[in-house]
Amino acid sequence: MRSKAKICTEENKKTEALLKVKDLSLSFIQYASGLRQTELKVISDLSIEAYSGKILAVVGSSGSGKSLLAHAILGILPSNAILNGRIEYDGKELTQEKKEEIRGKEIALVPQSTTYLDPLMRVSNQVIGCVEKENEGLMKKVQREIFQKYDLKPNVERMFPHELSGGMTRRVLVSTAVISSAKLVIADEPTPGLDEKTLNETLNYFKDMANKGCAVIIITHDIEAALKISDKIAVFYAGTVLEVANVEDFKNNGENLRHPYTRALWNALPQNKFQAIKGHQPMQDEVTDGCIFYERCSKKNVLCSKGIPQFKDVNGGVVRCNNVS
Amino acid sequence: MCLKGENISFGYKRNNLILNNVNISVDRGEVLGLIGDSGSGKSTLCKILAGYENNHKGNVIIDGKKVPSKGYNPVQLVFQHPEKAVNPKWKMKDILNEGHIVPQDILDSFGIKKSWLNRWPNELSGGELQRFALARSLSPETKFLIADEITTMVDAITQAQIWNIVLDIVKELNIGVLVVSHEKNLINKLCDNVVYLDAINSVN
Ligand SMILES: Nc1ncnc2c1ncn2[C@@H]1O[C@H](COP(=O)(O)OP(=O)(O)OP(=O)(O)O)[C@@H](O)[C@H]1O
Ligand SMILES: Nc1ncnc2c1ncn2[C@@H]1O[C@H](COP(=O)(O)OP(=O)(O)OP(=O)(O)O)[C@@H](O)[C@H]1O
Ligand code: SF4
Ligand SMILES: [Mg+2]
Ligand SMILES: [Mg+2]
Repeated sequence: MRSKAKICTEENKKTEALLKVKDLSLSFIQYASGLRQTELKVISDLSIEAYSGKILAVVGSSGSGKSLLAHAILGILPSNAILNGRIEYDGKELTQEKKEEIRGKEIALVPQSTTYLDPLMRVSNQVIGCVEKENEGLMKKVQREIFQKYDLKPNVERMFPHELSGGMTRRVLVSTAVISSAKLVIADEPTPGLDEKTLNETLNYFKDMANKGCAVIIITHDIEAALKISDKIAVFYAGTVLEVANVEDFKNNGENLRHPYTRALWNALPQNKFQAIKGHQPMQDEVTDGCIFYERCSKKNVLCSKGIPQFKDVNGGVVRCNNVS
Repeated sequence: MCLKGENISFGYKRNNLILNNVNISVDRGEVLGLIGDSGSGKSTLCKILAGYENNHKGNVIIDGKKVPSKGYNPVQLVFQHPEKAVNPKWKMKDILNEGHIVPQDILDSFGIKKSWLNRWPNELSGGELQRFALARSLSPETKFLIADEITTMVDAITQAQIWNIVLDIVKELNIGVLVVSHEKNLINKLCDNVVYLDAINSVN
């Protein structure tokens, strides 16, 4: 009996998300002239989940809050940021204190901006990070192996960041996550500017991490790369999630995609139609009521400008649109 | 009228040439693709063509003449990481109008919002910053645009929009464009011709 109960809880644990983000909202306080303060909303009603052993891809509009979500999870937002909602990690609330305790250890970030590399520190020291003296030799060995696999020549470890090409910098950033023993890896644009061989290699690394039980979140504009390795794809727009889709939904010209924005995004890829829709993503305060995609949507109806569409479960995914059943 | 790199050789360190005897030429009005492996020297060549790196052998010439080192640079370079191209201590409006006052219609076509002008660079996303960099680089005095992976960091819709706008403007102003990208599909959609750096570089 007892052993059965134990198995049950273990199974439960497996299907529980390692990371749960619920109804997250984020604004920045901005100081205008004098003592005037304004609040700028950039994320609202955002929920996502990441599971151990699985890869979640986050795609979507530039400026939709993907990097800020990553920074919110790591607790590295600027001081004028106001964060609301709930982030749970391993069943417990992820407080700022906890974030600081586990970041870089249990949670690793591959940053989008290459300015995160310390310009005055040699590459190998940044990849290894701060380790105890007795581990340094071992870490150095691991780092060399990773660099070798990544086609980074031995002299690269002694270079400074400005001496690296675009693709080399990206490979160095990714190796910081590969070398960590994190349970949750958030990679913010890990692949831009990589040639095909390195791209596939990088994707395999993330796949390996997931296979070892890691929960992986890959933020990317390279949808084709995302489709090669992810389990679910979350589509962001203007600070919220419009759809969570499965890989199969992108087949057959994306006809099973649920949200008009996701379809437009798919059609805009150069290998598809390379077609741009008109207009730009709105700022949060430009849309007070109704669907955030309303302005640019070709399927809108009167209902769409009245009230924010709620999430619906459709075909094993979720979507926030009135016109889907 | 064309931009030419003639017999360009360059290395960052002595005895370590990255580029050896490279010849490349972009016509005005032409969109030329440049592809090659990571670390092979594409960005280095871009910097040389735009006059950011002068310590090379060989010549960069426009219409048979050396590019003037003073005044507005007719060869504008925009690269993948806009955050590296801006002064973090300046507000966006000052960054934007540093060289010339960028006309409102260009700002509109790039979807640059008024409220962004009062922000600091780190208060904008990567894609938003890149649109500033491009708006700033396309002036009537620009003769060539060197686009080193300029849309690698933006979403596909914004990428298609940016290239639609850029191609319109360069056609109107008869600007020649050198496009560096690892994305073959994009190169195929955009370019009249393509060169492989390896094929024109005799370094081994
Ligand atoms: N410190 C800040 N103050 C005010 N607004 C900010 C700040 N940081 C980011 N923003 C805004 O928040 C929005 C989301 O930014 P974020 O960097 O998360 O976008 P993103 O989805 O990662 O975009 P990209 O794909 O271009 O990297 C953007 O519109 C940006 O301008
Ligand atoms: N400032 C620098 N100092 C020393 N070496 C450098 C510097 N910048 C680049 N390099 C070296 O020059 C070589 C070519 O770099 P470059 O940035 O031109 O490559 P690239 O073709 O643009 O690559 P990618 O596709 O990865 O961006 C690389 O080996 C790089 O390490
Ligand atoms: S809710 Fe209406 S406006 Fe919004 S995406 Fe769906 S159809 Fe378009
Ligand atoms: Mg980002
Ligand atoms: Mg480069």
